[in-house]
Amino acid sequence: MDLRFCLLPALLALLLSPPAEAGKTLDAVKARKELFCGVSTGLAGFSASDSRGNWQGLDVDICKAIAAAVVGDPSRVRWTPVNAQQRFASLQSGEIDLLSRNTTWTLTRDASLGLHFTGVVFYDGQGFMVAKKSKITAARQLANAEVCVQSGTTTEKNLSDYSRAQNLKLKPVVFESFEASLKAFFSGRCRAYTTDATSLATILQREVKNPGDYAILPELISKEPLGPVVRRGDDEWFAIVKWVVNALIEAEELGITQANVDAQKASGDPAVLRLLGVAEDLGKSLQLDRDWAYRAIKAVGNYGEIYERNLGSASPVKLARGANRLWSKGGLIYAPPLR
Amino acid sequence: MVERRRYWRAFAYQALAIAAIVAALAYLAHNTAQNLQSRGIPSGFDFLLQAAGFDIGDSLVSFSAGEPYWQALLAGLANTLRVAGPAIVLTTLLGTALGLGRLSSNALLAGLCGAYVEVFRNIPLLLQLLAWYFVLTDLLPPFDEAWRLGGAATLSKSGLSLFGASLTPEFLAVLFGLVCYSAAYMAEIVRAGFGAVPRSQTEAAAALGMAGRDIQLQVVLPQALRLIMPAAANQFLSLTKNSSLAIAVGYPDLVSVANTALNQTGRALECVSLIMGVYLALSLATAIAMRVIERRLAWP
Repeated sequence: MDLRFCLLPALLALLLSPPAEAGKTLDAVKARKELFCGVSTGLAGFSASDSRGNWQGLDVDICKAIAAAVVGDPSRVRWTPVNAQQRFASLQSGEIDLLSRNTTWTLTRDASLGLHFTGVVFYDGQGFMVAKKSKITAARQLANAEVCVQSGTTTEKNLSDYSRAQNLKLKPVVFESFEASLKAFFSGRCRAYTTDATSLATILQREVKNPGDYAILPELISKEPLGPVVRRGDDEWFAIVKWVVNALIEAEELGITQANVDAQKASGDPAVLRLLGVAEDLGKSLQLDRDWAYRAIKAVGNYGEIYERNLGSASPVKLARGANRLWSKGGLIYAPPLR
Repeated sequence: MVERRRYWRAFAYQALAIAAIVAALAYLAHNTAQNLQSRGIPSGFDFLLQAAGFDIGDSLVSFSAGEPYWQALLAGLANTLRVAGPAIVLTTLLGTALGLGRLSSNALLAGLCGAYVEVFRNIPLLLQLLAWYFVLTDLLPPFDEAWRLGGAATLSKSGLSLFGASLTPEFLAVLFGLVCYSAAYMAEIVRAGFGAVPRSQTEAAAALGMAGRDIQLQVVLPQALRLIMPAAANQFLSLTKNSSLAIAVGYPDLVSVANTALNQTGRALECVSLIMGVYLALSLATAIAMRVIERRLAWP
């Protein structure tokens, strides 16, 4: 896609729209009974639309959960596919309420773009893919190699940092489109291809005829915590997005699933009753209904179910949970107490 | 008296129009600045002095990740000029040859040149660039098995290496794509230029006893050139702007570098206005140069 055409609407919105006010997003979403959600233009497992135009993925389910919690219906979402260059401008301009699009949380993005990351929904890291016949088995063997990479991401900078730190003199060959960057790698133009390790696994699963000819190198060269992003200056909305995600994690810890959420309302566990709004009204302080968390879990299931459905063994990607297991099972996924 | 009144009325209308445009621009600028501020988005061009932090794989001027953004953008601009300059020269040569070929009395030659023009100007440039690129990277051998072209040149997936200097497949794809596409238009411009010189000029020269070659070189060519220049200038301008498609095949031109800068700093307005400003300056410079040449060619 041509940068100039896709950025223009977002920039125009910034030029013409009236200034934003705090607390406005929740009111706007409630009034229109619809969540405007920015997703990727297509990354399997995170956000991709199927042949019938239904959006699926981990990032998509986060949007559905929030729509369910706020307006009571997970289908009340308007999906806006945004590319890597557009994504922040379209959130800044108010075109979308929420950016849920495999976006890496970094200091610069969090502190200088007028945006806030609400937390982490997926821990990733950047890796390299090479052809097995190149006999490369470790990243340090890549000295002076050309590396194919897609533009508009944190990937380019990580690559330069790693190249400088290890003195490898890597040469990036930068493409605007994901497809062109892959095509160039598979035609042998570059010795390595780099992006997030999860995406590499997805590519090998879905884009290659003979995945056995390629290998993902063991080194991860960066931390890529991915999470939802909202506009700055709207603390109510920030809290809602943050706590809906925490509720999905808490549900996994408590063993509440999409299937048993109704039965769990009669549970003897005070934490379950509190989360589902039976014993206490946690929704009130978020300016949501009493059964906000119940509706979110009913719509998409708990965090573990979302993972399994989109990225885990139940999905075509078949990615082990690794760092994305619950903290109590040796992973990094952790929610502060919901009370 | 009537003349004078008309003059002032016209002046007033123009002043009003200019005032309206300035007011609209001022409103947009003010509103944008306010929106950016109220949303806590820093703006301005101070980021140009920060370290870029990314490398440029193929650069005419030497650049490394520790140097500031403005140098990265300069390297991108140098890459744009590095491909647009030779493309203009080659387009002129190929386009002139094709245009004259179409005018040839040899039916086969004229037909072939005509077919070339129809094929290359009717396929979108982006597709041509991608086609060139994937032909180059698919067909060429890996670096270790590079084709040797004589002693000093090798050709492989890593590009063309000539006496130590090397041209990447990305550069070659952009160059070939731009030249083949623009030459089709150039051919039509040349053909139209020669076709527009009245036939009576040739006949008059022949009546004066001039030889065929002299008629073409001294009578037809100077007149045709005057007709060709403005249209050719247009073509050179659009060639330079079309080079911004280079990012599609991984060539780090100005747009590609600015794209990366935009994404890392989040300064979307600033980076897009920089790109627009630079292309405007390039276009104006080309236009001025062509005007100077046109004046030279004009009859006194």
